[in-house]
Amino acid sequence: MLEWFRFALGSLFLFVGIVIFCVQLFGIFRYKYVLNRMHAAAMGDTLGISFSLVGLMIFSGLNFVTLKFALVVLFLWCASPVSSHLIARLEVTTNEKLEENCSVETDSEPKMQKEGSDLGKAIEEEKA
Amino acid sequence: MSNEKEKSRFMRWLDGEKDIYEGNVELKPQKEYVLTPQRLSEQEQERRQLTERTNDVERNRVYLFFKSAYVVLAVAFCLTFIFVLLWAVSWLPPVGNAANPDNNEVSARYIERGLQETGAVNIVTGMILDYRAFDTLGESHVLFVATITVLVLLRKDKGKKEDNDRVYEPKNDTILQKVAFILVPMIMIFGIYIILNGHLSPGGGFSGGAIIGAGLILYLNAFGFAKTERFFTEKTYKIVSFCALSFYCLAKSYSFYTGANGLESGIPLGTPGAILSSGLILPLNICVGLVVACTMYAFYAIFRKGGF
Repeated sequence: MLEWFRFALGSLFLFVGIVIFCVQLFGIFRYKYVLNRMHAAAMGDTLGISFSLVGLMIFSGLNFVTLKFALVVLFLWCASPVSSHLIARLEVTTNEKLEENCSVETDSEPKMQKEGSDLGKAIEEEKA
Repeated sequence: MSNEKEKSRFMRWLDGEKDIYEGNVELKPQKEYVLTPQRLSEQEQERRQLTERTNDVERNRVYLFFKSAYVVLAVAFCLTFIFVLLWAVSWLPPVGNAANPDNNEVSARYIERGLQETGAVNIVTGMILDYRAFDTLGESHVLFVATITVLVLLRKDKGKKEDNDRVYEPKNDTILQKVAFILVPMIMIFGIYIILNGHLSPGGGFSGGAIIGAGLILYLNAFGFAKTERFFTEKTYKIVSFCALSFYCLAKSYSFYTGANGLESGIPLGTPGAILSSGLILPLNICVGLVVACTMYAFYAIFRKGGF
C-alpha cells in the first residue's frame, strides 16, 4: 500500500515536472523577444527540474542518493537564475532599442549606470 | 510561385546584385579606402621590392631547392610511415575472428585480474592509468601543446594598449559575486573529490580537472583578472603543467621499466577501496587533473584577453 502511494506521488511529481518542461518549450518558441523567452526558459530550469528531481527523490527513498539530488536542486537554483540574470543584463546593456520591446522605467537607467560605474563609463566612451 | 521567387533571389545573389547580409546582420561600418600620395608611394615601393626579390636569382635558388626538397621529403616520410603501419598491420590476426585475443583474452584479463594487478576498484581508471598509462600521458600532452600553440597564435603584442572589448562583460555584478562566493568553494571541493576518488568511483583526472577549471572560470568572471592573477599567472600555468607532466612521465616510465623487467618496483598497492591505494593511480590522477584544470582556465583566459 505504502509502496503504491509512494509510486503514485513520485509519478505525480515527475508528471508535473514534464508538463512544466512542455510549457517552457512552448514558451521558448511562442515568444519572439529574448527576455520573454528567457522568462519561459527559466521556469523549466528551476521549477520543472526541481519537480522532476523531487519525484526521483521520492522514488529512491531516504538514502545518500536523495541527498545528492537535493544538492543538485540547490546548485541549479543557485546557478540557473544567476546565469539568466547575466544574460538579461547583457541584453539590457547592449540593446539600443529596448523601448520597442518592453517598457523601461526611466528612473532605473541612471541608477543602473551609477551602480556599475565602470560599465556606464565604458558605454559612454563607446557612444562618444 | 514562391519557389520561382526564391530562385530568382538566389540567382541575384549569385550574380552579386544582392548582398544578403545587408539589412539582416549588424555590420561594422568600413572605412573607405582613399588613395593618398603617401599610400601611392608605399605601393610603388612594395612593387619595387617585389620585382627585386623575384629577380634575385642567387637567393631564389635556395628557395627553389628547399621547395623541391620539402616535397620529396614529405612524400618519402609519408610512404615510410604508410609502409611501417601496413607492415605492422600484416602481423595482426584477421579482423572479426572470434578467437582473437582482443575479443576474449584482453577484456577477460582486465575484468578478472584488474583489481588484483592495479589495485583500483574502478576498472576504467585501472585501465587508462595503468595498462594504458602512456596513452593518457599523450592525451595530457595534447592539451598542453594545444594551449601553448594558442598562446603563441593569440599572443598580444607587447606595449600595445589593451582594446576596450570588455565593455559588456559582467564586471562587478553583485549577484554573481555573492553566488560565486558560495558556489566556487563547493565546485572546487567537488572537483577535488572526483579526482581523489578516481580509482574508487566513476570520475578521475579528466572530469575532476574540468570541474575545477569551470570553478576557476566562474571565479574569474565574478571577480575579474586582478583577483585571479594573484594566484594564477602564465608562469604558474607553465610550472604546474611542466611539473605534473614530467612527474607523470618519470613515474610511469619507472613503473613500466620495473614491470617489464620483472623487478621489484617498491610501489605498494594497498588495500583496494581505501583512498591511499592502487599505487601510482592516485598521483597520476592528480597530475592529469592539474593539467586539465590549468588548460581549461588558460584557454578561457587566452581567448578572452589574449594572455593571462
